[in-house]
Amino acid sequence: MSLWFHRLANPGVFLRFTRPCLPIIGGLGAVILLVGLVWGLFFSPADWQQGETVRIMYLHVPMAWLASACYVGLALCGACSLIWRHPLADLAALEMGPIGACAALLCLISGSFWGKPTWGTWWVWDARLTSMLVLFFLYCGHIAVIRAFDRPARGQKAAALLALAGVIDLPIITFSVQWWNTLHQPNTLSLSDAPAMSLSMLWPLLLCAIGYSLGAIALIGTRICTAILERRLASLPHRQGQP
Amino acid sequence: MTRSRRLSSSRSIGRLWIVTVCLLCLSGATALTLYGLSNSLVFFMAPSQLLNHPPPPDRTIRLGGMVVAGSVHKNLSSAQPEIRFDVTDGQAAITVHYYGIVPDLFREGQSIVAIGHPQTDGVFLADDVLAKHDETYMPKDVADALQRSGKWDPRFGPPPNAASWNAMTATPKETHP
Repeated sequence: MSLWFHRLANPGVFLRFTRPCLPIIGGLGAVILLVGLVWGLFFSPADWQQGETVRIMYLHVPMAWLASACYVGLALCGACSLIWRHPLADLAALEMGPIGACAALLCLISGSFWGKPTWGTWWVWDARLTSMLVLFFLYCGHIAVIRAFDRPARGQKAAALLALAGVIDLPIITFSVQWWNTLHQPNTLSLSDAPAMSLSMLWPLLLCAIGYSLGAIALIGTRICTAILERRLASLPHRQGQP
Repeated sequence: MTRSRRLSSSRSIGRLWIVTVCLLCLSGATALTLYGLSNSLVFFMAPSQLLNHPPPPDRTIRLGGMVVAGSVHKNLSSAQPEIRFDVTDGQAAITVHYYGIVPDLFREGQSIVAIGHPQTDGVFLADDVLAKHDETYMPKDVADALQRSGKWDPRFGPPPNAASWNAMTATPKETHP
């Protein structure tokens, strides 16, 4: 395991392996997302009591899943950076933070637009909504801390610690609807039970989730590659006076 | 070379232990905190909780439960719409009185959260009524079919397990013996 792990730590090797994969992942993600969105927004049935409003789900649920998954990635990067001093881990954390923050924000905003017509309120301070807001703030803190120091290594260390400590929020988000009574409904999809959802809604939802995830992977990969190239460019000797 | 490599690997194992122990301590502390706070982390109180432990007056209470079928009385003739209904958790029921417009999802058998104050006569005067929806997502024709066949009445509880009606929609021309 450690062999490829350390080989990929070489930015040149990482670029050589990753860059050809990115257009494939991105293109595949775009196609799957397009199919999922068209299916979900136009062809899947409306809910019996929520009506057409239920289609907000095809944005809201993938964003919630993406925000959580991105944070797991951030925490893994933090662990690799703290424990093995993996040079690419800090770079990945730097580029992953804003993507996850966008997903968390979109999840909160779309949830708010969903809550008004169904629950009758834009926002309540129940356990699920509050823990999701905490996740967004963790992302904001991470984005700020990793760039806050003159010596990047210090900021990266502080951000790695923040990312690891913040992992506690993820099980709270997931299980908040089971542990406490909340306004937010319990999880529809779980590993142990059959989904409490019509298959005609589940398939487009899964396609959307896969599509958004592949898109996010392509986006993060592109950002990491660009950051590596930017660093190489910055480390080139300056030749002044030449066009 | 090999010596320095071995040294760095033993250091990284040491760091791995430190991080693991720190994370375990942190999660233990969080779990204990949440367990200690679990009574105040609930979003709403059930009617039986409210009756057994009456809160101090003037405190805003969130009362949650199911709207009892047949208990809804609307008065739309006055200038401000008025609604009265009973909320139950299966053990006790409390009458809720609300002046205003209830959300679209409000119906008999729906779970709702009423925000307001218990009055001295036992009626709960709500400032706001929110509708909760359950985790089931079901197309309208399936819901209609379930109700027509008498397998489910939305006024008396949540819909049956999705596995049963997903099979039903997958083979619409199923013949019943």
